[in-house]
Amino acid sequence: MTTATLGTGALRRRRRLSLHALRRFPALTAGLTLLFVIVMAVILAPVISPYSPNQQNLFHILAGPSWAHPLGTDQLGRDELSRLLWAGRTDLRVGALAVIFPFCFGTLVGTLAGYYGGWVDSLVMRVVDVLIAFPFYVLVIGLVFIVGTGTRGIYIAFAVADWVVYARTVRATTLIVRESEYVAAAKVGGLSDVRILAGHVLPNTISQAIVYIMSDIVLVIVAVVTLSYLGLGVQPPTPDWGTMVSDGQEFLTTDWALATLPGIAVVLVGLSLSLVGDGLADLLRPE
Amino acid sequence: MVIGVAAATFLLLHAVPGSPAREVLGEHATPAAVAALNHRWGLDRSLGSQFVRYVGDLVTLRLGVSFVYGISVISLIGDHLAETAALVGIATLFAVLITVPLATLAASRRDRLADQAVRGLSVLGLGMPAFWFGIVLIEIFALRLGLLPVGGAGSGLWGHIESLILPGLTASFAIVPLLVRSLRVGMLEVLGADFVAAARANGLGELRVLLWHVARNAVIPTLTLLGLNIAYLVGSTVIVENVFALNGLGSLLLSSISSRDFPMVQGITLVLAISVVLINLATDLLAARLDPRIRLG
Repeated sequence: MTTATLGTGALRRRRRLSLHALRRFPALTAGLTLLFVIVMAVILAPVISPYSPNQQNLFHILAGPSWAHPLGTDQLGRDELSRLLWAGRTDLRVGALAVIFPFCFGTLVGTLAGYYGGWVDSLVMRVVDVLIAFPFYVLVIGLVFIVGTGTRGIYIAFAVADWVVYARTVRATTLIVRESEYVAAAKVGGLSDVRILAGHVLPNTISQAIVYIMSDIVLVIVAVVTLSYLGLGVQPPTPDWGTMVSDGQEFLTTDWALATLPGIAVVLVGLSLSLVGDGLADLLRPE
Repeated sequence: MVIGVAAATFLLLHAVPGSPAREVLGEHATPAAVAALNHRWGLDRSLGSQFVRYVGDLVTLRLGVSFVYGISVISLIGDHLAETAALVGIATLFAVLITVPLATLAASRRDRLADQAVRGLSVLGLGMPAFWFGIVLIEIFALRLGLLPVGGAGSGLWGHIESLILPGLTASFAIVPLLVRSLRVGMLEVLGADFVAAARANGLGELRVLLWHVARNAVIPTLTLLGLNIAYLVGSTVIVENVFALNGLGSLLLSSISSRDFPMVQGITLVLAISVVLINLATDLLAARLDPRIRLG
């Protein structure tokens, strides 16, 4: 019986993801379209960007928009458009990679803590409480200080700091699922804990974590850009939006676009991911 | 909780590769000089005995001596705490002043243009880096319009308040989008409650219902939300202080990090984390005070 109900659930979900569904959820459609355009633009950066991101032209610095340089050039005469695209490549890649471990680890730990309860649960929740008590940026900056600046430092810092929210969200859902009839039925049916967890608990809790991962990527990309702005994240000459803003800040009075454009790029990425996240949450919400 | 925070800070900082003594003395220091400094700071003892000493120091509020400044960490923190506290205070004030009207507007015009606009703005705000928003504000209000200072602390009481307006606005925007979204949902729930229907049935005007019945019931969720998000706000002030060249704990933290000033980083991290725990406790107590349904267990 359990497998039957799960089966129709999965079927219904698949049907709702069709083209018709996309029309019913305009926010999701808009978000996916914007995200697709951005991702394609940064993937194709080597092909479509007019110049190499680090190619300097000291005779042509801080120039305004022109046919040769649609968005002008920066203080070293590098093409702004090319740098924006290549920086997006860096920041999106780092942001996406940085959430993988927190997502997997947090989901696993949250499921186990919620399912087994007892001392495992108390221990996990104690650690979660302590980590959440730290102001997020203070914790991440402190961790980067310890493991060293650069992308490696960022991955380690987020691995330590970011799993807690997944663990908390998933644990809360697991507590509800654990008491459900189909889990009780599976237990009576003699299924092992591993099979119950993998077959019955996880499929029902993971959607929460997937919805959260969208807003988390936004948070992490903003944090990566912020750390790079402070000089703690992506290191020059690798192009990145944060370093671009901090470089451009010096020329705010004469060339406002240099510091403004990279920020707009971050906002667009955040907008697309938030729209997709909200859309997914609507889509997965039980009627 | 406070003990957990302290232990975590200790563990994190002692996982650091590299020797702080060498960092302070420079590349060319003799091994003997490095060893002597390590001994003076107690860094040559075992991890366990260092921890015992560290907890003892904490209880007596001795956070050690800054490697760089050579004076006690606690007095340096005391010098910079006021600036950060003022920034957090102003940012919280701005957050409430912006969130409550926007959320009320959105909830009362559900799914109509105003609601869509507010929701759209909050989605935009979620992906906005605080440092960049600060720079845009500087660009508009300080450089173009010349209304407010670009950065620094200003002189005199008014100069000081003036210098905190843009930073406060910037820091508040780190949490406003989240607050607006949550409070809007909270208010929609209140709007659907029986007592609101009863108030309307009694012929009360829409404005009166909103102000008297709905807003009053939204105070407590707002307070709880603020408490939950204050940690994020405090973290954001580190960045905002850097953008606006304010001389608070955040700037001190960043400069101590680049000079690898261990006791300083440890002290600031602890003070910030513990103040967040205390603020959370205070909001819980206040919420319990305001709402007779909440019992402290």
